[in-house]
Amino acid sequence: MKKTDPHAWLADHGDYLYRFALARLRDSHQAEDVVQETLLAAMQSASYAGQSAPRTWLVGILKHKMIDLIRKQMREQPVEGLGEDLPDEPGMDEFFDEDNRHWNDKPQSFGMPENSLEQKQFLTILQECMDRLPKKLAALFMLREVQEEENEIICKELDISSTNAWVMLYRARMGLRKCLELHWLGR
Amino acid sequence: MLSCKQASRLLSQSLDRRLTWRERTALRLHLTICDVCRRFGRQLLLLREAAKRMVRLTEQNETLQLSQEAKARIASALDLERQ
Repeated sequence: MKKTDPHAWLADHGDYLYRFALARLRDSHQAEDVVQETLLAAMQSASYAGQSAPRTWLVGILKHKMIDLIRKQMREQPVEGLGEDLPDEPGMDEFFDEDNRHWNDKPQSFGMPENSLEQKQFLTILQECMDRLPKKLAALFMLREVQEEENEIICKELDISSTNAWVMLYRARMGLRKCLELHWLGR
Repeated sequence: MLSCKQASRLLSQSLDRRLTWRERTALRLHLTICDVCRRFGRQLLLLREAAKRMVRLTEQNETLQLSQEAKARIASALDLERQ
């Protein structure tokens, strides 16, 4: 049963799983941990009957393990001021004038560079901006925008309200956009 | 009339849920007269596309690998579990 040998999974798919997790969690220790948990879960599970490629099956487990991790983070350190009763988003006021009608800080115009070297630089700056966001906001943004998980599923899995999710995604997007303006346009 | 703050919030939410008819109408009206919010809307779509490319860049970077220590740690965790 070489094919279901967890050591073979580690050797054949470990690095891929690690990159998959690292790209989304942006933390090498967390990425290592979820790879370990994924392989342990895979080993204990009897569900792999060779019906799909082992890598596809392992990535499926990995996605669940990543959601478990994010849920834990959400519980341990709730984002400050994200209570349901708050009608407005704290920290967002700086973007708008006092009566909240107009942009204080007007979004600047920028696009994705066509040139591949410049695009790489742009994406590197985006990565740095992502790393500056509170971890939970970044994780939620990734689930929604990259993994394209449905909002309802995200809320159910993470045990948060949809209002909370909308507020957090709004904050993540505002923060990323501002950071790109500062560090990409202002480079 | 929506404020820019409300419009920006609806623009963000429109990526995550279907806006109500009333919200869509109000937002459309705001966007016809506010080029700053229109630009913000374009930025949100750009962010989505850029985030996907950013993740692909990391996934395809084969120099990123589990360290030898991590591999050894995971291997011994697997052995421990199997006993």
